Amino acid sequence: MSGHSTYEPKTGFERWLDTRLPIIRFASDTIVSFPTPKNLNYWWTFGGILALMLGIQIVSGIILAMHYVPHVDHAFDSVQRIKRDVNFGWLIQGMHANGASMFFLAVYVHMFRNLYYGSYKAPREVLWILGCVIYLLMIGTAFFGYVLPWGQMSFHGAVVITNLIGAIPLVGPAITTWLWGGFAVDNPTLNRFFSLHYLLPFMIAGVVGLHIWALHVPGNNNPTGVNVSSPDDTVPFHPYYTVKDGFAISVFLILYATFVFYLPDALGDAANYIQANPLVTPAHIVPEWYLLPFYAILRAVPNKLMGVILMFGAIATLFVLPWLDTSKVRSMRYRPTIRLYFFLFALDCIILGFCGAHAPDDMVIPGVAGLQLGDANLNSFVWLSRIAALYYFVYFWVINPLMGLTETPLPVPQSISAPVLSHPATTPTGAVASPEKRG
Amino acid sequence: MADTVVGANPDPHVTGDDPDRRDFIHIAAGVAALGLVGGLAWPFIDQMNPAGDTLALASIEFDLSKVEPGQQVVVKWRGKPLFVRNRTPKEIQEAIQGDHADLRDPATDESRHKPGKANWLVLVGTCTHLGCVPTFGGGEYGGWFCPCHGSVYDTSGRIRKGPAPKNLEVPTYAFLSDTKVKIG
Ligand code: HEM
Ligand code: FES
Repeated sequence: MSGHSTYEPKTGFERWLDTRLPIIRFASDTIVSFPTPKNLNYWWTFGGILALMLGIQIVSGIILAMHYVPHVDHAFDSVQRIKRDVNFGWLIQGMHANGASMFFLAVYVHMFRNLYYGSYKAPREVLWILGCVIYLLMIGTAFFGYVLPWGQMSFHGAVVITNLIGAIPLVGPAITTWLWGGFAVDNPTLNRFFSLHYLLPFMIAGVVGLHIWALHVPGNNNPTGVNVSSPDDTVPFHPYYTVKDGFAISVFLILYATFVFYLPDALGDAANYIQANPLVTPAHIVPEWYLLPFYAILRAVPNKLMGVILMFGAIATLFVLPWLDTSKVRSMRYRPTIRLYFFLFALDCIILGFCGAHAPDDMVIPGVAGLQLGDANLNSFVWLSRIAALYYFVYFWVINPLMGLTETPLPVPQSISAPVLSHPATTPTGAVASPEKRG
Repeated sequence: MADTVVGANPDPHVTGDDPDRRDFIHIAAGVAALGLVGGLAWPFIDQMNPAGDTLALASIEFDLSKVEPGQQVVVKWRGKPLFVRNRTPKEIQEAIQGDHADLRDPATDESRHKPGKANWLVLVGTCTHLGCVPTFGGGEYGGWFCPCHGSVYDTSGRIRKGPAPKNLEVPTYAFLSDTKVKIG
């Protein structure tokens, strides 16, 4: 994709093809000889895991679509039939439903990795933004997918989320009716959501292509955050990272299989085993776990429009992060101060997730009457989510810009190899800089 | 087109900065293409709006004799729940008292029922926050309580507490007889 190619066609057929459609050259340059920093740790294996998960979702999804009926009278039953009667339907449906969770787990690890190692900074801003686009499309896909089984949570989740758009002044209600194709979430809505649920993963696949293209121009970042300065700093992708990624994928699949085979419903909501009933709302509406932090931000604000703005703002913020962070040092290894705020931020996201899962008036510490401040009980989840939502935005909009200007970073190594070679404990006599080049 | 050096361009059509016939054709073709795309965009957008048969199903009739005082019946109308509530004198009294409270979406109780039919309240049963179905009789005003994010409505269906911005909507309806209403 960039730089010069090291591929040499070996057989006659490869030579013939190379002058017509250089597809083997392309594959070789991308996943075989691609020069990759030699110090990547396991946090770098999640890209490969994500690609695999996208593939699994597409394959299992297309099979589900062969048995699924997108009609309000049949959708619920058809999914139950897939689970009970279709041969191996339980397996494929379980892979798909739990696959969505694993997909999000991987994407969150991947995103926090980028935050920590500053991988969104120049020259990787476009790469980062494409990643944010993929994340948005994933949220859309998962939302549409969750509506399809047409359980109580599917239905009322769809009602609540589509009503968010009604908060837009003037045109909001017209847009909501347009989205519904009626006066409420109903059959037309289910039909179009199925169509979009089928479409979006292929759009994701397209953006993933751009994402990898944008990765291969500057190349990978690495845990030190310093640029690759010589060929000694890199190893070819294959076999070094195909094997490392392969190992990580195997471990990840064990976790995934544990859910599919032993805890197939652990991440789902019991209310979704009840067929959708527009006349009764479940006592407690919650989205899937991976969207809880945003739901908490939405509910933190007493005003409908502001809640919606902040919720979308939380995602929009990610897009501008490359320009909010003023520090030239990429890796937080060398930024001890902001590192603390980063860990606090990670904790903050988990707290927001907890808040999203609880009713606003639930007590955070049960049994304690709580700090009554005027009308507000500070021992309630609304208040915890208010504080946590505030920190979410402060971290990006205040701490990130300020920290780059005020902090004193630790000395950054000269090159990727330097910290390894200069460390007395890790340099046994006779060690060479590039063991892979020997023999 | 910017090329004005005399003799530099042998093409006799390119004479200078003045728009000529070729520019005209380019612009006309561009406008026509844009018009076509724009004109086709609307059908492709509008197809998602409620279809003719969906609109045709939009009104229903309801027999009020099924609802005892102090009760509510939930009917499905346009895919949404509709509350038909037969209010007790006490509930009506509380609703009228509420007229003088500090209301978020000010409306008198009188404006929310048909003249002379103070006991009958017909409301769209979706919370004006994000569309959940509020539960009958809940909340400190004895009207409805929305379990989703805690909006509280009074016995007139007016928003009194919580995140919802508006009162429960009153649909267009009319009494066909003393015991029959037509909604929509
Ligand atoms: C980005 C990839 C995808 C994600 C994150 C995703 C996510 C989801 C989720 C969360 C559900 C609800 C499962 C449940 O709770 O029971 C679902 C259902 C479904 N998905 Fe996907 N999906 C993806 C790709 C696809 C594709 C490509 C298809 C192909 C048509 C597809 C077809 C279906 C069908 C038919 C259902 C309904 C059956 C069921 O509920 O299990 N999905 N999807
Ligand atoms: S939907 Fe009723 S309070 Fe949010």
